[in-house]
Amino acid sequence: MSAIIKTDDVYYEYMAQNEGDIAVQAVKGISMSIRQGQFVVVLGRNGSGKSTLARLLNGLLIPVKGTVIIDGIDTSNDELIWEVRKTLGLVFQNPDNQIVATTVEEDVAFGPENLGISPEEIRKRVDQSLKMVGMEEYSGYSPHMLSGGQKQRIAIAGILAMEPKCIVLDEATSMLDPRGRKEVMEVLKKLNREKGITIVHITHHMEEAVEANIVMVMENGRLVLTGTPRQIFENVEQIRKVGLNVPQITALAYDLRKNGVRMDKLPLNANEMVDILKDFIKRKNRDNSDSAWCHTERECKPENPIIKVRDLSHVYMPGTTFEQKALYDINLTVNKGEILGIIGQTGSGKSTLVQHFNGILKATSGSVEVDGLKAEGNNLKELRQKVGLIFQYPEHQLFEETVYKDIIFGLTKLGLDDEEIKKRVFHVIDILGISPELLEKSPFELSGGQKRRVAIAGVLVMKPKVLVLDEPTAGLDPQGSSEVFRLLSRLNREEGTTIIIISHNMEEIAAFCHRVAVMNKGRLVFCDTTAKVFSRYEELKKYNLDIPKITELFRELHNSGYDVPQNVLTVDEAKEFIINMINSGAGGKA
Amino acid sequence: MINNITLGQYIPGNSILHRLDPRTKIFWTILLMAATFLIESWSEYLMMGLFTLMLLLISGIPLKQSVKGVKPLLFILTLTAILNIFFTGGTPIFAFGPVKVTYEGIFAAIKLFLRLLMLVITASLVTITTTPMTMTDGIEKLLKPFEKIGVPAHEIAMMMSIALRFIPTLLDETSRIMKAQASRGADFDTGSIFSRIKSFIPVLVPLFVSAFKRADELAEAMESRCYRGGKGRTRLKEIHYSKLDLSVSLAGIALLGVIFSGRLLP
Repeated sequence: MSAIIKTDDVYYEYMAQNEGDIAVQAVKGISMSIRQGQFVVVLGRNGSGKSTLARLLNGLLIPVKGTVIIDGIDTSNDELIWEVRKTLGLVFQNPDNQIVATTVEEDVAFGPENLGISPEEIRKRVDQSLKMVGMEEYSGYSPHMLSGGQKQRIAIAGILAMEPKCIVLDEATSMLDPRGRKEVMEVLKKLNREKGITIVHITHHMEEAVEANIVMVMENGRLVLTGTPRQIFENVEQIRKVGLNVPQITALAYDLRKNGVRMDKLPLNANEMVDILKDFIKRKNRDNSDSAWCHTERECKPENPIIKVRDLSHVYMPGTTFEQKALYDINLTVNKGEILGIIGQTGSGKSTLVQHFNGILKATSGSVEVDGLKAEGNNLKELRQKVGLIFQYPEHQLFEETVYKDIIFGLTKLGLDDEEIKKRVFHVIDILGISPELLEKSPFELSGGQKRRVAIAGVLVMKPKVLVLDEPTAGLDPQGSSEVFRLLSRLNREEGTTIIIISHNMEEIAAFCHRVAVMNKGRLVFCDTTAKVFSRYEELKKYNLDIPKITELFRELHNSGYDVPQNVLTVDEAKEFIINMINSGAGGKA
Repeated sequence: MINNITLGQYIPGNSILHRLDPRTKIFWTILLMAATFLIESWSEYLMMGLFTLMLLLISGIPLKQSVKGVKPLLFILTLTAILNIFFTGGTPIFAFGPVKVTYEGIFAAIKLFLRLLMLVITASLVTITTTPMTMTDGIEKLLKPFEKIGVPAHEIAMMMSIALRFIPTLLDETSRIMKAQASRGADFDTGSIFSRIKSFIPVLVPLFVSAFKRADELAEAMESRCYRGGKGRTRLKEIHYSKLDLSVSLAGIALLGVIFSGRLLP
């Protein structure tokens, strides 16, 4: 089959922002060839040149050196550029910023309208495209009524209506919740399977890479690895070196192999892993006798409430047609010094709940008490010092001329002297790993990860007793995410700060939290130790929540009659357990 | 909440008003507004009021919803009308010092109130029965003849529809940024007017930064979907000036004639 995408030694550089700066080379010598009908996943850290590559593919950017050929057409050919864009459609990262029209169907029609197609044909294509992505019922909706996953499916439909041969997605799943990601992936697989459309999916979600025909890894503008998912994930060391991660199952297998467990190939999913482990682990003695229990279970903090939520309910816009009840009779106690995770689907009330902790939202009924202080009226100012709330994408609130000024924005209102302010800033940037040279720069010059840390610093300088974070790792690549979590657990350990984290990433929650609260449709359904919460698989599934892949593996082993614990939460715990088991088996009973 | 604006929001339906060509509706709104300013006698008010009520009934919008939509404006309308009482001379009913209340003043206030109410209703009827997209299509078509003298008809219409598309998004964003800054200690509610205005800088800067970013990204998305201006563009829903438009226009002119008939016949 012929290549639909062919690039030959492609270079691209962005012009220098200031005089004297060197031009930034974003793409350096990429040569690749993708055949019609393939499903390709491109992996790479933030800033590795993935997005530049996507823009080079449909001629939004033209290489400074080398050629990009799409279905036989050179993208630098001005006259045929519209042919290129018709053949190869691009879906962007931010769902909001690519929807042009005020209704779903008019937006899907936007592409064909630009191509000058007749209204009857446009109507046919719009209906078909919406059906392909499963959004036909929403044709008259206004885009802002839709979820992120739905918006991205609309964006895909908008491309489909131009009848492309290839769709390139530039981190199109990175701003979505797990359900939205699943929806989009299902659609992509279907288009690839049923219509033979070539898919190039740029992402840093490793689980999505497992499903591809071909995986390419980018680092620093270069293509460093190309191969099938299996070939790629064999290179665990190299993948970690470029700041990415392998799926949990593969990571476990890799660790076991390093510890002397023999396996020819690294497994990519739980089934393959079960096959390998079968030979090493024992079956249960009698039915229902669970002797194994993982001993590494985290100790919980003693009961010593810092936040007490009593019968809290919240109604948005009461008395209007838009009235919406968001919280129903929530009772929750957060203990001093603990890390509490809050999980639940988008719209389950997680953010609404935490916005009561610092009085940004007022309870419709019930009460919130923080460190002996009721969340109401005159207490708000003091309350907001006790509870630092960090919203999703906090870097979007930066506004000052310099990083330093931005960090001290809240502090200046406390009437502290300059010496104390300076001391606090330097203490916080040390914890967060922000280098002091950045303090005099404009916050808008920093990279995404740096910006986020600056925004977090602005809250930490207030010395909050409780730090609440709403999806602190959204949009960050694996290395960026694990850095944020490392900082948070350091803060918890060294400063004793109580931390509350909202996250959709179950693996992060499982690895860091002492306790987890589960929310569904505005209700707190249960709150327990992390291990106990994730052992309630059936219930979590009912609320459309996942458990970490590693916990799922152990559950599967347990259910097929092996003597393994069900409360394994991390790769390290799993490794320790299996190695112990192998050693004890080899030592005596075998 | 700022999102709580129901006035003039499109409500789907299939009434005659919904089916009319947007050009007919825009043209008629202008005509009706002019008429509302011309009416003087009570009989003219009565007929004009009945006419507006008739349009409201034809639109098929439940009366309850219309009342709810006008409610937020009632305060301003009433205030404007009441102010009018004190600035109209005539036969005084009673007076406190320099402030006089006159018969003429009260009548003028009632008339002004009715006039404004009718204006609001006619104007919102257009937006209630027309999708923003159709509306901008209509404006584009109306401006088309002026393209020869350099009016960028397509661009104006495109800008309007993009603005409409992003209003809810930016409202959400504003409320999110305000919450985030309040969490960092920003105070929007106390202090002098000057300090309150200043307190909005932390909201405005991020809002502008993000709006520019959105604009950049939207431009890229439009370009990659082959947008290259209005030339050669077709529409999913072409608007047509139909027989219905013609007959409604004629009927409308006849009705206006009836309203002002008192002046035509000496």
